[in-house]
Amino acid sequence: MPRLQYLSFLIGCLTFSLNVLAAMGDDPLKSPQWTDIKDRYLGAAKVVFDPRVVVSGPKVAEDSMNVPVGIRITGLPDVRRVLVIADLNPIVKVLEFSSKGALPSLHFRMKLQQGSPVRAMAQTADGVWHVGGIWIDASGGGCTAPSVGRSSANWTETLGQVQSRVWQGEAQSRVKLSIMHPMDTGLAPGIPAFYIERLSLQDASGKEWMAIDTFEPVSENPVFSFDFTGSPPAGLTLVGRDNNGNRISAKVVQ
Amino acid sequence: MIAASLRILARGIFVAVTLGASLHAPHLAAESLDYQLEPRKIADDTWVLVGKTEDFSRSNGGNIVNTAFVVTTDGVVVIDSGPSRLYAEQLRRAIARITPKPVIRVFNTHHHPDHFLGNQVFADVPTAALATTIAGQRQEGVAFTENVYRLSGDWIKGTESTPARETVGAGVIRIGNHEFELIALSGHTEGDLVLFDRSTGVLFAGDLVFYNRAPTTPHASVGQWLAALDRLDAISYRTMMPGHGDPVSDGRAVEQTRRYLRWVESALRQAAERGDEMAEVLGLAVPAELAAIPLSREEFARSVAHLYRRYEAATLSRPR
Repeated sequence: MPRLQYLSFLIGCLTFSLNVLAAMGDDPLKSPQWTDIKDRYLGAAKVVFDPRVVVSGPKVAEDSMNVPVGIRITGLPDVRRVLVIADLNPIVKVLEFSSKGALPSLHFRMKLQQGSPVRAMAQTADGVWHVGGIWIDASGGGCTAPSVGRSSANWTETLGQVQSRVWQGEAQSRVKLSIMHPMDTGLAPGIPAFYIERLSLQDASGKEWMAIDTFEPVSENPVFSFDFTGSPPAGLTLVGRDNNGNRISAKVVQ
Repeated sequence: MIAASLRILARGIFVAVTLGASLHAPHLAAESLDYQLEPRKIADDTWVLVGKTEDFSRSNGGNIVNTAFVVTTDGVVVIDSGPSRLYAEQLRRAIARITPKPVIRVFNTHHHPDHFLGNQVFADVPTAALATTIAGQRQEGVAFTENVYRLSGDWIKGTESTPARETVGAGVIRIGNHEFELIALSGHTEGDLVLFDRSTGVLFAGDLVFYNRAPTTPHASVGQWLAALDRLDAISYRTMMPGHGDPVSDGRAVEQTRRYLRWVESALRQAAERGDEMAEVLGLAVPAELAAIPLSREEFARSVAHLYRRYEAATLSRPR
Protein backbone atom coordinates (compact mmCIF):
# COMPACT_ATOMS: atom_id res chain seq x y z
CA MET A 1 0.00 0.00 0.00
CA PRO A 2 1.50 3.37 -0.94
CA ARG A 3 2.45 5.31 2.13
CA LEU A 4 0.05 8.19 1.44
CA GLN A 5 -2.96 5.88 1.16
CA TYR A 6 -1.96 4.10 4.32
CA LEU A 7 -1.69 7.42 6.10
CA SER A 8 -5.13 8.55 4.94
CA PHE A 9 -6.55 5.17 6.00
CA LEU A 10 -5.12 5.70 9.46
CA ILE A 11 -6.54 9.21 9.58
CA GLY A 12 -9.87 7.78 8.44
CA CYS A 13 -9.84 5.24 11.26
CA LEU A 14 -8.97 7.94 13.76
CA THR A 15 -11.76 10.22 12.51
CA PHE A 16 -14.15 7.28 12.68
CA SER A 17 -13.25 6.53 16.28
CA LEU A 18 -13.58 10.18 17.23
CA ASN A 19 -16.97 10.37 15.51
CA VAL A 20 -18.18 7.30 17.41
CA LEU A 21 -16.96 8.77 20.68
CA ALA A 22 -18.66 12.06 19.85
CA ALA A 23 -21.90 10.24 19.00
CA MET A 24 -21.87 8.37 22.31
CA GLY A 25 -21.23 11.62 24.16
CA ASP A 26 -21.57 10.99 27.88
CA ASP A 27 -24.15 8.22 27.38
CA PRO A 28 -23.70 5.53 30.06
CA LEU A 29 -25.25 3.00 27.64
CA LYS A 30 -22.69 3.95 24.95
CA SER A 31 -25.23 4.03 22.15
CA PRO A 32 -23.98 5.28 18.77
CA GLN A 33 -27.36 6.99 18.23
CA TRP A 34 -27.44 8.92 21.46
CA THR A 35 -26.40 12.39 20.24
CA ASP A 36 -28.80 12.16 17.28
CA ILE A 37 -31.63 11.14 19.58
CA LYS A 38 -30.82 13.88 22.04
CA ASP A 39 -30.88 16.49 19.25
CA ARG A 40 -34.08 15.15 17.75
CA TYR A 41 -36.21 14.63 20.85
CA LEU A 42 -34.74 16.87 23.51
CA GLY A 43 -33.41 19.77 21.44
CA ALA A 44 -31.21 22.25 23.20
CA ALA A 45 -32.64 21.65 26.68
CA LYS A 46 -30.37 20.55 29.50
CA VAL A 47 -30.03 16.76 29.85
CA VAL A 48 -28.82 14.80 32.88
CA PHE A 49 -28.51 11.07 33.44
CA ASP A 50 -30.45 10.57 36.63
CA PRO A 51 -30.61 7.44 38.84
CA ARG A 52 -34.07 8.52 40.04
CA VAL A 53 -35.42 7.55 36.61
CA VAL A 54 -35.42 3.75 36.77
CA VAL A 55 -36.16 1.53 33.79
CA SER A 56 -36.57 -2.20 34.43
CA GLY A 57 -36.85 -5.10 32.01
CA PRO A 58 -35.17 -8.36 31.01
CA LYS A 59 -31.48 -8.54 30.08
CA VAL A 60 -32.48 -10.57 27.04
CA ALA A 61 -35.87 -10.34 25.34
CA GLU A 62 -37.17 -13.90 25.16
CA ASP A 63 -40.24 -12.74 23.21
CA SER A 64 -39.28 -9.74 21.09
CA MET A 65 -42.98 -9.00 20.40
CA ASN A 66 -43.72 -8.58 24.12
CA VAL A 67 -40.75 -7.15 25.97
CA PRO A 68 -41.84 -6.06 29.46
CA VAL A 69 -40.67 -2.60 30.51
CA GLY A 70 -41.23 -0.79 33.79
CA ILE A 71 -40.63 2.93 34.35
CA ARG A 72 -40.42 4.20 37.93
CA ILE A 73 -39.55 7.75 38.86
CA THR A 74 -39.16 8.36 42.57
CA GLY A 75 -37.92 11.42 44.43
CA LEU A 76 -37.94 13.65 41.36
CA PRO A 77 -40.49 16.45 41.83
CA ASP A 78 -42.49 18.19 39.11
CA VAL A 79 -42.21 15.62 36.33
CA ARG A 80 -44.26 17.04 33.46
CA ARG A 81 -43.86 14.39 30.81
CA VAL A 82 -41.90 11.23 30.16
CA LEU A 83 -40.70 10.04 26.75
CA VAL A 84 -39.82 6.38 26.25
CA ILE A 85 -37.54 5.54 23.34
CA ALA A 86 -35.55 2.57 22.01
CA ASP A 87 -32.47 3.96 20.27
CA LEU A 88 -31.98 1.19 17.72
CA ASN A 89 -35.59 0.33 16.92
CA PRO A 90 -36.77 1.18 13.38
CA ILE A 91 -39.44 3.26 15.10
CA VAL A 92 -37.59 4.90 17.95
CA LYS A 93 -40.38 6.50 19.93
CA VAL A 94 -42.41 4.02 21.96
CA LEU A 95 -44.71 6.25 23.98
CA GLU A 96 -44.95 9.47 25.92
CA PHE A 97 -46.90 9.91 29.14
CA SER A 98 -47.90 12.63 31.59
CA SER A 99 -49.11 11.58 35.00
CA LYS A 100 -51.46 14.29 36.04
CA GLY A 101 -52.34 12.75 39.38
CA ALA A 102 -51.25 9.14 38.99
CA LEU A 103 -47.70 8.35 40.14
CA PRO A 104 -45.01 9.02 37.50
CA SER A 105 -44.60 5.34 36.77
CA LEU A 106 -45.80 3.04 34.03
CA HIS A 107 -45.49 -0.60 33.02
CA PHE A 108 -46.11 -1.80 29.47
CA ARG A 109 -44.77 -4.26 26.85
CA MET A 110 -43.13 -3.42 23.58
CA LYS A 111 -41.64 -4.78 20.37
CA LEU A 112 -37.89 -4.78 19.88
CA GLN A 113 -36.37 -5.30 16.46
CA GLN A 114 -32.85 -5.88 17.84
CA GLY A 115 -30.85 -5.33 21.00
CA SER A 116 -31.22 -1.69 21.99
CA PRO A 117 -31.09 0.80 24.82
CA VAL A 118 -34.58 1.47 26.19
CA ARG A 119 -34.75 4.84 27.89
CA ALA A 120 -37.16 6.94 29.87
CA MET A 121 -36.57 10.68 29.56
CA ALA A 122 -38.47 12.73 32.13
CA GLN A 123 -38.84 16.49 31.75
CA THR A 124 -39.28 18.47 34.96
CA ALA A 125 -40.98 21.88 35.28
CA ASP A 126 -37.62 23.67 34.91
CA GLY A 127 -37.24 22.18 31.42
CA VAL A 128 -34.43 19.79 32.37
CA TRP A 129 -34.57 16.24 30.96
CA HIS A 130 -33.71 13.44 33.39
CA VAL A 131 -32.69 10.27 31.60
CA GLY A 132 -32.50 6.66 32.78
CA GLY A 133 -32.28 3.47 30.78
CA ILE A 134 -31.15 -0.10 30.33
CA TRP A 135 -29.83 -2.18 27.47
CA ILE A 136 -32.10 -5.05 26.40
CA ASP A 137 -30.67 -7.65 24.08
CA ALA A 138 -33.01 -9.20 21.51
CA SER A 139 -32.69 -11.63 18.65
CA GLY A 140 -35.13 -9.45 16.81
CA GLY A 141 -38.02 -9.42 14.43
CA GLY A 142 -40.46 -7.79 16.84
CA CYS A 143 -41.32 -4.82 14.63
CA THR A 144 -41.39 -6.42 11.19
CA ALA A 145 -43.50 -9.45 12.10
CA PRO A 146 -47.26 -9.31 11.55
CA SER A 147 -49.41 -9.19 14.67
CA VAL A 148 -50.51 -12.60 15.93
CA GLY A 149 -54.20 -11.63 16.02
CA ARG A 150 -54.21 -11.01 12.26
CA SER A 151 -54.24 -14.75 11.73
CA SER A 152 -57.50 -15.18 13.67
CA ALA A 153 -60.72 -14.38 11.87
CA ASN A 154 -62.47 -12.46 14.62
CA TRP A 155 -59.95 -9.81 15.63
CA THR A 156 -62.25 -7.03 14.39
CA GLU A 157 -64.96 -8.18 16.82
CA THR A 158 -62.73 -7.84 19.85
CA LEU A 159 -61.01 -4.62 18.70
CA GLY A 160 -60.87 -2.06 21.48
CA GLN A 161 -62.18 -4.38 24.20
CA VAL A 162 -60.74 -3.63 27.62
CA GLN A 163 -60.06 -5.85 30.63
CA SER A 164 -59.05 -4.29 33.91
CA ARG A 165 -58.47 -4.76 37.63
CA VAL A 166 -57.55 -2.64 40.62
CA TRP A 167 -55.21 -3.82 43.37
CA GLN A 168 -55.42 -1.86 46.59
CA GLY A 169 -52.25 -1.89 48.69
CA GLU A 170 -51.65 -0.13 52.01
CA ALA A 171 -50.12 3.07 50.67
CA GLN A 172 -50.56 2.61 46.93
CA SER A 173 -52.91 1.10 44.44
CA ARG A 174 -52.43 -0.27 40.96
CA VAL A 175 -54.67 -0.30 37.93
CA LYS A 176 -53.88 -2.88 35.25
CA LEU A 177 -55.53 -2.65 31.83
CA SER A 178 -55.38 -4.85 28.79
CA ILE A 179 -56.70 -3.57 25.43
CA MET A 180 -57.39 -5.69 22.36
CA HIS A 181 -55.63 -4.10 19.40
CA PRO A 182 -53.27 -5.43 16.68
CA MET A 183 -50.87 -2.46 17.04
CA ASP A 184 -49.52 -3.05 13.52
CA THR A 185 -46.27 -1.19 12.92
CA GLY A 186 -46.66 -0.81 9.15
CA LEU A 187 -43.30 -2.57 8.76
CA ALA A 188 -44.74 -6.04 8.06
CA PRO A 189 -45.20 -6.46 4.29
CA GLY A 190 -48.69 -5.53 3.09
CA ILE A 191 -50.05 -4.49 6.49
CA PRO A 192 -50.44 -0.74 7.05
CA ALA A 193 -49.68 0.92 10.37
CA PHE A 194 -52.68 0.52 12.67
CA TYR A 195 -52.14 1.45 16.28
CA ILE A 196 -53.58 3.16 19.34
CA GLU A 197 -52.46 6.79 19.39
CA ARG A 198 -53.94 8.17 22.56
CA LEU A 199 -55.09 6.83 25.92
CA SER A 200 -56.41 8.79 28.86
CA LEU A 201 -57.54 7.84 32.35
CA GLN A 202 -60.35 10.10 33.57
CA ASP A 203 -62.40 10.13 36.73
CA ALA A 204 -66.19 10.53 37.05
CA SER A 205 -65.89 14.33 36.86
CA GLY A 206 -63.92 14.20 33.66
CA LYS A 207 -60.59 15.13 35.29
CA GLU A 208 -57.62 13.50 33.58
CA TRP A 209 -55.24 11.48 35.79
CA MET A 210 -52.93 10.04 33.14
CA ALA A 211 -52.40 10.74 29.45
CA ILE A 212 -50.39 8.54 27.09
CA ASP A 213 -49.48 9.03 23.45
CA THR A 214 -48.67 5.57 22.15
CA PHE A 215 -46.78 4.61 19.00
CA GLU A 216 -46.25 1.54 16.82
CA PRO A 217 -43.65 -0.24 19.01
CA VAL A 218 -46.13 -0.79 21.86
CA SER A 219 -47.01 -4.50 21.94
CA GLU A 220 -50.07 -6.08 20.38
CA ASN A 221 -53.06 -6.27 22.80
CA PRO A 222 -51.16 -3.91 25.08
CA VAL A 223 -51.17 -4.23 28.86
CA PHE A 224 -50.53 -1.13 30.99
CA SER A 225 -50.19 -0.74 34.74
CA PHE A 226 -50.60 2.60 36.51
CA ASP A 227 -49.91 3.31 40.16
CA PHE A 228 -51.71 5.76 42.45
CA THR A 229 -51.00 7.06 45.93
CA GLY A 230 -53.82 5.75 48.11
CA SER A 231 -56.84 4.58 46.15
CA PRO A 232 -57.46 5.27 42.49
CA PRO A 233 -60.04 8.01 41.87
CA ALA A 234 -63.68 6.92 41.80
CA GLY A 235 -65.35 6.19 38.48
CA LEU A 236 -62.10 5.80 36.59
CA THR A 237 -62.62 5.41 32.82
CA LEU A 238 -60.16 4.62 30.05
CA VAL A 239 -60.80 6.58 26.86
CA GLY A 240 -58.71 6.57 23.72
CA ARG A 241 -58.54 6.30 19.95
CA ASP A 242 -56.40 4.67 17.28
CA ASN A 243 -54.98 6.13 14.07
CA ASN A 244 -58.02 4.91 12.11
CA GLY A 245 -60.42 6.83 14.31
CA ASN A 246 -61.71 3.86 16.32
CA ARG A 247 -62.70 4.90 19.85
CA ILE A 248 -61.88 3.11 23.07
CA SER A 249 -63.98 3.68 26.15
CA ALA A 250 -64.29 1.41 29.17
CA LYS A 251 -64.93 1.79 32.87
CA VAL A 252 -62.15 0.44 35.05
CA VAL A 253 -63.44 -2.43 37.18
CA GLN A 254 -62.87 -1.50 40.83
CA MET B 1 -25.66 12.87 8.01
CA ILE B 2 -23.04 11.91 10.57
CA ALA B 3 -25.05 8.88 11.57
CA ALA B 4 -25.37 7.74 7.94
CA SER B 5 -21.67 8.10 7.20
CA LEU B 6 -20.89 6.39 10.50
CA ARG B 7 -23.04 3.49 9.51
CA ILE B 8 -21.32 3.17 6.13
CA LEU B 9 -17.90 3.35 7.76
CA ALA B 10 -18.94 0.83 10.36
CA ARG B 11 -20.13 -1.53 7.65
CA GLY B 12 -16.82 -1.14 5.81
CA ILE B 13 -14.84 -1.98 8.90
CA PHE B 14 -17.14 -4.90 9.67
CA VAL B 15 -16.55 -6.31 6.19
CA ALA B 16 -12.81 -5.84 6.55
CA VAL B 17 -12.77 -7.55 9.92
CA THR B 18 -14.98 -10.39 8.70
CA LEU B 19 -12.78 -10.94 5.65
CA GLY B 20 -9.72 -10.98 7.87
CA ALA B 21 -11.31 -13.47 10.22
CA SER B 22 -12.53 -15.77 7.47
CA LEU B 23 -8.97 -16.21 6.16
CA HIS B 24 -8.22 -18.10 9.35
CA ALA B 25 -11.59 -19.68 9.99
CA PRO B 26 -11.50 -22.87 7.83
CA HIS B 27 -8.30 -24.08 9.46
CA LEU B 28 -9.68 -23.50 12.95
CA ALA B 29 -13.04 -25.01 12.07
CA ALA B 30 -11.59 -28.26 10.77
CA GLU B 31 -9.81 -28.75 14.07
CA SER B 32 -12.56 -27.81 16.46
CA LEU B 33 -15.95 -28.92 15.10
CA ASP B 34 -15.85 -32.28 16.86
CA TYR B 35 -18.66 -33.01 19.33
CA GLN B 36 -16.48 -35.76 20.86
CA LEU B 37 -19.46 -38.03 21.25
CA GLU B 38 -18.67 -40.91 23.57
CA PRO B 39 -21.47 -43.44 23.99
CA ARG B 40 -21.95 -44.48 27.61
CA LYS B 41 -23.46 -47.92 28.23
CA ILE B 42 -26.32 -47.75 30.76
CA ALA B 43 -27.94 -51.16 30.24
CA ASP B 44 -27.72 -54.22 27.99
CA ASP B 45 -27.62 -53.09 24.35
CA THR B 46 -28.23 -49.50 25.46
CA TRP B 47 -25.93 -46.48 25.07
CA VAL B 48 -26.51 -42.83 25.79
CA LEU B 49 -24.73 -39.66 24.68
CA VAL B 50 -25.04 -37.17 27.48
CA GLY B 51 -24.85 -33.54 26.39
CA LYS B 52 -23.68 -30.57 28.40
CA THR B 53 -26.22 -29.01 30.76
CA GLU B 54 -25.83 -25.63 29.10
CA ASP B 55 -27.71 -23.40 26.68
CA PHE B 56 -26.87 -23.36 22.95
CA SER B 57 -23.50 -21.68 22.36
CA ARG B 58 -20.72 -21.42 19.83
CA SER B 59 -18.46 -23.50 22.04
CA ASN B 60 -20.84 -26.44 22.58
CA GLY B 61 -22.35 -26.39 19.06
CA GLY B 62 -25.72 -27.37 20.51
CA ASN B 63 -24.47 -30.55 22.19
CA ILE B 64 -26.71 -29.78 25.14
CA VAL B 65 -29.05 -32.71 24.73
CA ASN B 66 -29.14 -36.42 25.50
CA THR B 67 -29.53 -38.87 22.65
CA ALA B 68 -29.47 -42.66 22.87
CA PHE B 69 -29.41 -45.84 20.85
CA VAL B 70 -30.43 -49.44 21.47
CA VAL B 71 -28.73 -52.25 19.57
CA THR B 72 -31.43 -54.88 18.91
CA THR B 73 -30.97 -58.15 17.07
CA ASP B 74 -32.65 -56.56 14.03
CA GLY B 75 -30.67 -53.33 14.03
CA VAL B 76 -30.16 -50.07 15.90
CA VAL B 77 -32.96 -47.88 17.29
CA VAL B 78 -31.98 -44.22 17.76
CA ILE B 79 -33.78 -41.96 20.21
CA ASP B 80 -33.46 -38.31 19.15
CA SER B 81 -31.12 -37.19 16.40
CA GLY B 82 -29.42 -34.18 18.02
CA PRO B 83 -29.10 -30.48 17.22
CA SER B 84 -27.44 -30.51 13.78
CA ARG B 85 -26.47 -32.39 10.66
CA LEU B 86 -22.89 -32.54 11.95
CA TYR B 87 -23.99 -34.00 15.30
CA ALA B 88 -26.01 -36.73 13.62
CA GLU B 89 -23.14 -37.61 11.27
CA GLN B 90 -20.85 -37.97 14.27
CA LEU B 91 -23.56 -39.90 16.12
CA ARG B 92 -23.77 -42.41 13.27
CA ARG B 93 -19.99 -42.82 13.34
CA ALA B 94 -20.12 -43.33 17.12
CA ILE B 95 -22.79 -46.01 16.66
CA ALA B 96 -20.68 -47.69 13.97
CA ARG B 97 -17.79 -47.92 16.41
CA ILE B 98 -20.04 -49.94 18.78
CA THR B 99 -21.87 -52.19 16.32
CA PRO B 100 -21.79 -53.11 12.62
CA LYS B 101 -25.61 -53.37 12.64
CA PRO B 102 -27.49 -50.76 10.59
CA VAL B 103 -29.71 -48.06 12.08
CA ILE B 104 -33.27 -49.18 11.36
CA ARG B 105 -35.42 -46.67 13.21
CA VAL B 106 -35.24 -43.15 14.65
CA PHE B 107 -37.70 -41.73 17.19
CA ASN B 108 -38.05 -38.02 17.98
CA THR B 109 -39.32 -37.47 21.52
CA HIS B 110 -40.68 -33.97 20.67
CA HIS B 111 -40.29 -31.12 18.20
CA HIS B 112 -37.57 -29.02 19.84
CA PRO B 113 -34.54 -28.38 17.61
CA ASP B 114 -31.88 -30.08 19.77
CA HIS B 115 -33.86 -33.33 19.53
CA PHE B 116 -34.56 -33.59 15.80
CA LEU B 117 -32.34 -31.36 13.62
CA GLY B 118 -30.11 -34.38 12.93
CA ASN B 119 -32.99 -36.13 11.09
CA GLN B 120 -31.64 -35.27 7.64
CA VAL B 121 -28.71 -37.63 8.24
CA PHE B 122 -31.21 -40.49 8.66
CA ALA B 123 -32.88 -40.05 5.26
CA ASP B 124 -32.36 -43.80 4.65
CA VAL B 125 -34.18 -44.80 7.87
CA PRO B 126 -37.81 -44.47 9.02
CA THR B 127 -38.01 -41.46 11.35
CA ALA B 128 -40.99 -41.56 13.69
CA ALA B 129 -42.76 -39.16 16.05
CA LEU B 130 -46.18 -38.29 17.48
CA ALA B 131 -48.54 -36.47 15.08
CA THR B 132 -48.40 -33.26 17.17
CA THR B 133 -44.61 -33.43 17.13
CA ILE B 134 -44.47 -33.74 13.34
CA ALA B 135 -46.90 -30.82 13.00
CA GLY B 136 -44.64 -28.74 15.27
CA GLN B 137 -41.52 -29.75 13.31
CA ARG B 138 -43.19 -28.68 10.07
CA GLN B 139 -44.44 -25.41 11.49
CA GLU B 140 -41.41 -24.25 13.44
CA GLY B 141 -38.47 -26.29 12.15
CA VAL B 142 -37.12 -23.67 9.76
CA ALA B 143 -37.28 -20.86 12.33
CA PHE B 144 -35.66 -23.19 14.91
CA THR B 145 -32.81 -23.92 12.52
CA GLU B 146 -32.15 -20.23 11.93
CA ASN B 147 -32.22 -19.58 15.65
CA VAL B 148 -29.86 -22.45 16.45
CA TYR B 149 -27.52 -21.26 13.70
CA ARG B 150 -27.52 -17.79 15.22
CA LEU B 151 -26.66 -19.24 18.65
CA SER B 152 -24.15 -21.92 17.65
CA GLY B 153 -22.69 -20.78 14.32
CA ASP B 154 -20.58 -23.07 12.11
CA TRP B 155 -21.57 -26.28 13.90
CA ILE B 156 -25.04 -25.94 12.39
CA LYS B 157 -23.85 -25.35 8.81
CA GLY B 158 -25.76 -27.41 6.26
CA THR B 159 -28.48 -28.37 8.74
CA GLU B 160 -31.96 -28.48 7.23
CA SER B 161 -35.07 -29.06 9.27
CA THR B 162 -36.33 -32.54 8.32
CA PRO B 163 -39.60 -33.47 10.04
CA ALA B 164 -40.13 -37.11 10.99
CA ARG B 165 -41.94 -39.03 8.24
CA GLU B 166 -43.80 -41.70 10.18
CA THR B 167 -46.55 -41.00 12.70
CA VAL B 168 -46.67 -43.19 15.80
CA GLY B 169 -49.04 -43.22 18.76
CA ALA B 170 -49.26 -44.91 22.12
CA GLY B 171 -48.78 -48.67 22.03
CA VAL B 172 -46.27 -51.48 22.19
CA ILE B 173 -43.78 -52.07 19.41
CA ARG B 174 -41.39 -54.97 19.10
CA ILE B 175 -38.05 -54.38 17.40
CA GLY B 176 -35.72 -57.41 17.31
CA ASN B 177 -35.29 -58.72 20.84
CA HIS B 178 -36.59 -55.51 22.46
CA GLU B 179 -40.13 -54.54 23.37
CA PHE B 180 -40.78 -50.81 23.56
CA GLU B 181 -43.81 -49.24 25.16
CA LEU B 182 -44.58 -45.91 23.48
CA ILE B 183 -46.27 -43.50 25.88
CA ALA B 184 -47.87 -40.39 24.38
CA LEU B 185 -47.84 -37.50 26.85
CA SER B 186 -47.74 -33.70 26.75
CA GLY B 187 -46.75 -30.78 28.94
CA HIS B 188 -43.23 -29.89 27.92
CA THR B 189 -44.66 -29.55 24.41
CA GLU B 190 -47.96 -30.54 22.85
CA GLY B 191 -46.54 -33.95 22.05
CA ASP B 192 -44.00 -35.67 24.31
CA LEU B 193 -43.14 -39.25 23.41
CA VAL B 194 -41.72 -41.40 26.19
CA LEU B 195 -40.19 -44.79 25.34
CA PHE B 196 -40.01 -47.54 27.91
CA ASP B 197 -37.82 -50.45 26.91
CA ARG B 198 -39.52 -53.35 28.73
CA SER B 199 -36.61 -55.63 27.90
CA THR B 200 -34.06 -53.60 29.86
CA GLY B 201 -36.18 -51.41 32.13
CA VAL B 202 -34.74 -48.21 30.62
CA LEU B 203 -37.11 -45.25 30.41
CA PHE B 204 -36.30 -42.60 27.80
CA ALA B 205 -38.18 -39.64 29.26
CA GLY B 206 -37.36 -36.94 26.71
CA ASP B 207 -37.70 -33.39 27.98
CA LEU B 208 -40.46 -34.22 30.43
CA VAL B 209 -37.51 -34.73 32.76
CA PHE B 210 -34.55 -32.41 33.28
CA TYR B 211 -31.86 -33.27 35.80
CA ASN B 212 -29.48 -30.70 37.26
CA ARG B 213 -30.45 -28.32 34.49
CA ALA B 214 -33.49 -26.06 34.81
CA PRO B 215 -36.47 -27.08 32.65
CA THR B 216 -37.33 -24.96 29.59
CA THR B 217 -40.91 -23.87 28.93
CA PRO B 218 -41.34 -22.23 25.48
CA HIS B 219 -44.20 -24.59 24.58
CA ALA B 220 -45.10 -25.79 28.06
CA SER B 221 -48.38 -26.37 29.78
CA VAL B 222 -47.28 -26.75 33.39
CA GLY B 223 -50.47 -28.50 34.54
CA GLN B 224 -50.19 -31.18 31.85
CA TRP B 225 -46.48 -31.48 32.52
CA LEU B 226 -47.02 -32.20 36.23
CA ALA B 227 -49.66 -34.79 35.33
CA ALA B 228 -47.19 -36.42 32.91
CA LEU B 229 -44.60 -36.65 35.70
CA ASP B 230 -47.13 -38.53 37.82
CA ARG B 231 -47.54 -40.98 34.95
CA LEU B 232 -43.78 -41.52 34.83
CA ASP B 233 -43.70 -42.21 38.56
CA ALA B 234 -46.12 -45.08 38.00
CA ILE B 235 -43.65 -46.89 35.70
CA SER B 236 -41.20 -49.25 37.37
CA TYR B 237 -38.09 -48.39 35.43
CA ARG B 238 -34.57 -49.42 36.36
CA THR B 239 -32.81 -46.56 34.68
CA MET B 240 -34.14 -43.26 33.43
CA MET B 241 -32.56 -41.10 30.77
CA PRO B 242 -33.76 -37.49 31.09
CA GLY B 243 -33.74 -35.20 28.05
CA HIS B 244 -31.03 -33.14 29.70
CA GLY B 245 -28.68 -34.18 32.50
CA ASP B 246 -27.22 -37.47 33.74
CA PRO B 247 -29.20 -40.73 33.70
CA VAL B 248 -30.48 -41.84 37.11
CA SER B 249 -31.67 -45.10 38.61
CA ASP B 250 -34.37 -43.68 40.89
CA GLY B 251 -37.06 -40.98 41.00
CA ARG B 252 -34.77 -38.06 41.87
CA ALA B 253 -34.77 -36.47 38.41
CA VAL B 254 -38.58 -36.59 38.17
CA GLU B 255 -38.82 -35.15 41.67
CA GLN B 256 -36.42 -32.28 40.89
CA THR B 257 -38.33 -31.41 37.72
CA ARG B 258 -41.61 -31.55 39.64
CA ARG B 259 -40.38 -29.28 42.45
CA TYR B 260 -39.08 -26.71 40.01
CA LEU B 261 -42.27 -26.65 37.94
CA ARG B 262 -44.49 -26.46 41.00
CA TRP B 263 -42.51 -23.47 42.21
CA VAL B 264 -42.69 -21.74 38.80
CA GLU B 265 -46.42 -22.28 38.69
CA SER B 266 -47.11 -21.03 42.21
CA ALA B 267 -44.69 -18.10 41.91
CA LEU B 268 -46.32 -16.90 38.69
CA ARG B 269 -49.85 -17.42 39.95
CA GLN B 270 -49.20 -15.57 43.21
CA ALA B 271 -47.46 -12.72 41.38
CA ALA B 272 -50.40 -12.36 39.00
CA GLU B 273 -52.83 -12.36 41.92
CA ARG B 274 -50.78 -9.60 43.59
CA GLY B 275 -51.03 -7.52 40.40
CA ASP B 276 -47.28 -7.71 39.69
CA GLU B 277 -46.06 -6.60 36.30
CA MET B 278 -43.82 -8.83 34.15
CA ALA B 279 -40.79 -6.61 34.65
CA GLU B 280 -41.27 -7.00 38.42
CA VAL B 281 -41.76 -10.77 38.27
CA LEU B 282 -38.36 -11.09 36.56
CA GLY B 283 -36.83 -9.92 39.82
CA LEU B 284 -38.40 -12.66 42.02
CA ALA B 285 -35.84 -14.68 43.96
CA VAL B 286 -35.52 -18.36 43.08
CA PRO B 287 -35.65 -20.38 46.36
CA ALA B 288 -32.19 -21.51 47.46
CA GLU B 289 -32.92 -25.21 46.92
CA LEU B 290 -33.88 -24.57 43.27
CA ALA B 291 -31.35 -21.79 42.65
CA ALA B 292 -28.69 -24.51 42.92
CA ILE B 293 -29.99 -26.05 39.69
CA PRO B 294 -27.85 -24.71 36.82
CA LEU B 295 -29.58 -22.11 34.61
CA SER B 296 -32.57 -21.77 36.97
CA ARG B 297 -32.24 -17.97 37.06
CA GLU B 298 -32.06 -17.70 33.25
CA GLU B 299 -34.83 -20.21 32.61
CA PHE B 300 -37.13 -18.58 35.12
CA ALA B 301 -36.74 -15.25 33.28
CA ARG B 302 -37.59 -17.04 30.02
CA SER B 303 -40.56 -18.77 31.65
CA VAL B 304 -41.96 -15.40 32.71
CA ALA B 305 -42.05 -14.44 29.02
CA HIS B 306 -43.61 -17.79 28.05
CA LEU B 307 -46.18 -18.25 30.78
CA TYR B 308 -46.97 -15.12 32.76
CA ARG B 309 -49.62 -13.66 30.48
CA ARG B 310 -51.85 -16.73 30.98
CA TYR B 311 -51.82 -16.30 34.75
CA GLU B 312 -52.25 -12.54 34.42
CA ALA B 313 -55.20 -12.80 32.04
CA ALA B 314 -57.04 -14.92 34.62
CA THR B 315 -56.87 -12.03 37.12
CA LEU B 316 -58.47 -9.37 34.87
CA SER B 317 -62.14 -8.55 34.42
CA ARG B 318 -64.20 -9.87 31.53
CA PRO B 319 -63.72 -7.87 28.33
CA ARG B 320 -65.97 -4.83 27.94
